[in-house]
Amino acid sequence: MTRRQRRLTLIGIAAIILSVAAGLALSALRDSIVFFVTPSELAAKPIEFGARFRLGGLVEQGSIVKDGLNVRFRVTDGGANLPVTYHGLLPDLFREGQGVVAEGKLNSSGVFVADTVLAKHDERYMPKEVADALKKQGHWQGEHKPETGK
Amino acid sequence: MIAELSHYALVLAFVLAVLQTILPLWGARKNDLTLMGVAEPLALAGFGFIAFAFAGLIASFVRSDFSVLAVYTNSHSLQPLLYKITGVWGNHEGSMILWVFVLGFFSALVASLGGNLPARLRANVLGIEGSIAAVFLLFILTTSNPFLRLSPAPAEGQQLNPILQDIGLAIHPPLLYLGYVGFSIAFAFAAAALIEGRLDAAWARWVRPWILTAWIFLTLGIAMGSYWAYYELGWGGYWFWDPVENASLMPWLAGTALLHSAIVMEKREALKVWTVLLAILTFSFSLLGTFLVRSGVLTSVHSFANDPARGVFILAILILFIGGSLALFALRAPVLKQGGLFAPVSREGALVINNLLLTATAATVFTGTLYPLVLEAVTGEKISVGAPFFDRTAGPLLLCLLLVMPAGPLLAWKRGDLRGVTERLTFAAGIAAAVAGLVLWLTQGGPILSAAGLFCAIYAIAGALIEFSERLQLFRIPLAASFSRARGLPRSAFGTVLAHIGVGISLLGIVAEAGWSQERVVALKPGDRIAIADFDLSFKGLYDREGENWHDRLGRFEIRRGGLQVTTLEPAKRIYLGNQPTTEAGIATFGFGQLYISLGEPMPNGAISAHIYWKPLVTLIWIGGMVMAIGGALSLSDRRLRVGAPKPARRMSVLPAE
Repeated sequence: MTRRQRRLTLIGIAAIILSVAAGLALSALRDSIVFFVTPSELAAKPIEFGARFRLGGLVEQGSIVKDGLNVRFRVTDGGANLPVTYHGLLPDLFREGQGVVAEGKLNSSGVFVADTVLAKHDERYMPKEVADALKKQGHWQGEHKPETGK
Repeated sequence: MIAELSHYALVLAFVLAVLQTILPLWGARKNDLTLMGVAEPLALAGFGFIAFAFAGLIASFVRSDFSVLAVYTNSHSLQPLLYKITGVWGNHEGSMILWVFVLGFFSALVASLGGNLPARLRANVLGIEGSIAAVFLLFILTTSNPFLRLSPAPAEGQQLNPILQDIGLAIHPPLLYLGYVGFSIAFAFAAAALIEGRLDAAWARWVRPWILTAWIFLTLGIAMGSYWAYYELGWGGYWFWDPVENASLMPWLAGTALLHSAIVMEKREALKVWTVLLAILTFSFSLLGTFLVRSGVLTSVHSFANDPARGVFILAILILFIGGSLALFALRAPVLKQGGLFAPVSREGALVINNLLLTATAATVFTGTLYPLVLEAVTGEKISVGAPFFDRTAGPLLLCLLLVMPAGPLLAWKRGDLRGVTERLTFAAGIAAAVAGLVLWLTQGGPILSAAGLFCAIYAIAGALIEFSERLQLFRIPLAASFSRARGLPRSAFGTVLAHIGVGISLLGIVAEAGWSQERVVALKPGDRIAIADFDLSFKGLYDREGENWHDRLGRFEIRRGGLQVTTLEPAKRIYLGNQPTTEAGIATFGFGQLYISLGEPMPNGAISAHIYWKPLVTLIWIGGMVMAIGGALSLSDRRLRVGAPKPARRMSVLPAE
């Protein structure tokens, strides 16, 4: 093989690997990304039934009902709210009036069935998406300690 | 007083770092030996001042001096001593001090061990290290001063975040930073080579030990962080594709590629330009990681800061170093001479494919990590890119990489014997297919990806072992002769085999955990029993336990296997001072598998919820990481790779050297 042929072979292999990687990334981006939505956004622009998304907001005061491992609560952003059901263990800092992000799907009766529930990592921090959502609705009181938080 | 002195030391360190940047680089340009010579004392003195400041901060934490803001917000007088100390870097300001401390440490190492480097190269390398230190010290001094005072001093601190009050904080960040920042040396060598326009095999020999050192620490740091997240968060997972985890994975992928391309460069003088580009990319990924974690653009377990000024500053650093080095690369790379020739089927060829697959993987991880940030900045739409994306992109690419991996060491340099290699690898593939088939049959099938992963893992291990036995001519010559061949092999040969086996071991753990884990979410009352895998758990009830600064509500589980009690597990909800709860998982190891119990909240009827997992072979994930690191350490201890060894490698009698 000449130097030129060798170089072309290498470039060919590189092109194949890079295009496979790009193809994988594009197809995965189309199918496996999950949108983040707040109850108000959902009310304004409904999401098709059965699609996976992330719901964020505050756990509404007085809305938590526990029945064994089944939990029902409502997520609010001050503008609208949405009922959520979840089966399993809740995170340590899941509390009424606190920020929460739930991932799952809407069922036919308009209840959000979550398979993952995330809360804060510690007392001092609010999930960024939730903070932004609350700011949008004008219910943001500011973080008392923006310096720290994990 | 300590805080003020430490602050002053940081300012001095900054001034020294500026001098360390300007004087040696100028000296190298003017060929002035005196100016070049000041680099070493400046690097050593600069490290001394940073170390003083770091020690001062530690002292403030140990003495619980709450008049220092960082101590007040991250420590408490009742915290155990270990967590007072580790709390130093359990916050934004302190972790930046640790960052520059490690940077100063590496600069000092180059200064004291680099005696046999050519004067200009050494001056340029130390000058560039100095510039990184200067910029980060300026960042600390202007936006993240850890020595700010509070007046009046509060009587008590707010304590370190409970999740961080763990031995993991003592190990994970220092190891990770030694890795992240260690790659700055490869970066400095690359930039120095570009400035000088000189790049040869000797350069590769000088830089390789530093790349390897950084890689070993980064590997250990990631493995340790993964295990920490696994046992501390109580979610049973070991990798969440969190942007911050990805931030450590990207430099690891690029650094692994760099490790291999530097070998090609040293042995064959090929891939020169590419190696330099990779060195730049690897440290750029380290800087990107620092930006992602420290700028507050994301919130995660790791990000402490939310001050936008910091984000803008780090972004500026990022643009300065990445943009600057890439511009330098574009300008100077054409000056570098082309290297040696090789056929596509050769060890060089295999290493090129290794490099392409690793960088392509890093690129997909980069896409998945930054796409949500870019999309939000551009359209305001919020999305999350999680495990499904990375499983479908990085997964297949890494499996392909594993298929090529055993071929590399089997192929000869320059021109390889494809047929011979195929024969040997077919044997490895046969073993892998047989074992994978048997496991699938015994466990009644599994998802197709598990089967593919299992095959790749066993094939990688078998391939590495076959390559090793080839070298020893095992079973073809008497055992004693094989043994003496083994003694004659360079340590780096053992290192390669071990590191490659480590990759297979980790994959085995990942595949087993993903494909054959069992889990149950249950509500239990005292006296209840529950079965998982071949274990029989009985719940004995809830008990209390007091610690220094916490209070446990623990559930006691007796574990039986085959009718015999094998152990007791006590997962707990731990309440720290200030009513902050954490979940303390109960974990028992059986063979390489683990039984993992995470406790939920008590229910009104006296029951408690629990998430119980059986994860077969899960420990192999981290053991594999350690085996990789041990392999790296063995290679590093090879005398031919001795730090800074300038002499040409001594050829090992009749054996092929690598």
